Amino acid sequence: MKRIYVHEEYCIGCRLCEIHCLVQHSRSKKILKAFKEEFPRAVSRVLVEEHGYLSFALQCRHCEEAPCLEACITGAMYRDKRTDAVLCNEKKCVGCWMCIMVCPFGVIKRDLESNKVASKCDLCLGEEMPVCVQNCPNEALTFEERTET
Amino acid sequence: MNYTIIGNSAAAVGAVEAIRRYDRKGEIVVVSREPYSVYSRPLISHLLAGHIQENRIFYREKDFYKRNRIQTFLRREVKAIQAKSHLLLLDDGERLGFEKLLIATGGCPIIPPVKGINRRGVFTFTTWDDAKEIRRYVRKKPVESAVVIGGGLIGLKAMEALMALGLRITVIELMDRILSATFDKKASEMIERQLKAKGANLITENTVEEILGSHNGIEEVLLKDGRRLKCQMVIFGIGVVPNIGLLKDTPIRSNKGIRVNIHMETNISSIYAAGDVVEIPDILLDTVRPIAIWPNAYRQGWIAGCNMAGTPRRYEGSFAMNSIEICGIPTISVGMAEAPENGFEIIQELDSKSGTYKKIILKDGVIVGAIFIGEIDRAGIYTGLIREKIDVSGVKDILLREDFGFISLPREYRKHLVRGEGVFL
Repeated sequence: MKRIYVHEEYCIGCRLCEIHCLVQHSRSKKILKAFKEEFPRAVSRVLVEEHGYLSFALQCRHCEEAPCLEACITGAMYRDKRTDAVLCNEKKCVGCWMCIMVCPFGVIKRDLESNKVASKCDLCLGEEMPVCVQNCPNEALTFEERTET
Repeated sequence: MNYTIIGNSAAAVGAVEAIRRYDRKGEIVVVSREPYSVYSRPLISHLLAGHIQENRIFYREKDFYKRNRIQTFLRREVKAIQAKSHLLLLDDGERLGFEKLLIATGGCPIIPPVKGINRRGVFTFTTWDDAKEIRRYVRKKPVESAVVIGGGLIGLKAMEALMALGLRITVIELMDRILSATFDKKASEMIERQLKAKGANLITENTVEEILGSHNGIEEVLLKDGRRLKCQMVIFGIGVVPNIGLLKDTPIRSNKGIRVNIHMETNISSIYAAGDVVEIPDILLDTVRPIAIWPNAYRQGWIAGCNMAGTPRRYEGSFAMNSIEICGIPTISVGMAEAPENGFEIIQELDSKSGTYKKIILKDGVIVGAIFIGEIDRAGIYTGLIREKIDVSGVKDILLREDFGFISLPREYRKHLVRGEGVFL
């Protein structure tokens, strides 16, 4: 499958990925509206981690054998047939947070402001290129199909 | 190939999905005592409370059986397993032959010897039918107050659901605090305080000796210390034990639960077992025991399914973990809740103002337990460190700091994780 790859050596910690992710998952998909008019505000599904000179953006890895899929008690977490992405059906999720308990990357968030369901990277639901990758000024994020070894 | 599965919950679904990944043609048969299409047992408390509608209790889409070409025998019970001749005997006398068998019969509720348990108004709380019967009873009878026996996860979920229905609840717990198997003293105290504030009545170090009433229903319970409590309903919510009654008169070996090897196969070849019915290695406690939690059940079913379909996979064991919201407070507990002896190091942080509590237990630089109350974000990072037994001595001082994250971890671990099957960074 096509995945987001993270190149920590190029990341400058600008957090543009977070901003664009939030906008993409807002109702209007407009940056000013998303920040100034929409409440509760959308949540970014990518997280920039920083420590000294090192930084990188981290989002769901869409694991092949995903612990969150196995731990989900409702069946809300599912594998999208078309893109192979791990997605969350927010209508089914009851917010039990089993997924948060088992994700070793810590990339599933509680969406407390809206309906308290887990919010995670959805690869922008099949967009040609996820917006975090599209808007990364330094190519620290890439979206590729690799033959995995 | 024929694959037959006894059971219809997480382990069974894990097995079906694994089998279908490797074998599109083989015949899959599912036998279940319950009449329902695969549903989520942990959701019965949400259903009883009215937080979700019935259509949301289903664990997989309606076409799950059709899409996976499964022949179902629902509302049918297996009466005997004839291991040598590879036959199942059903309750109506029908015989089913199998080539590979998975026993995924789950757990059954613990019911201690209490006088009067056959009275009307006594319930267990593990199945959809339990939830339906409770709801029917509450509606039909004037039930004002109920006694829940057991202050663990099942008991408290039952309590919450019944409180949502407007009942007055008393929880009776044998130990000196609720959630003693899941939390440490501090965490239990925090939840106890919240429960009391919501109006629940908690009685610890006590138990019900007799359920009293007439043919019409329950009137009161008699406690060990002689106290009597008026109530119209009693719920057993103590927990579950492996449902191994079916193994009687079979050569399949069991102890507390069914014993399985690293491929989830029993001592009889071609017969596998997975889920709450088995005992597995606890990689933290160095013992073999049942750890009845949903993620384990699915994983074990998946591993069993792979092996049944001819793709060897190993199951390395697990450890206790739970995520549960009580009184609107999210909590996660992973591994040990309390350091059992000297030689353990404890890092903790309590913020009484915001009601958050975090604790990490270390042994020789490796995390062996973690508790999160009120604030659970990124808890899975710690679960990962426990599972992989990563030495965190180098980052010990920042383990509970707000900016602790994936970036704080040893580079090798980051690389190892992201190099896992299909996982890349």
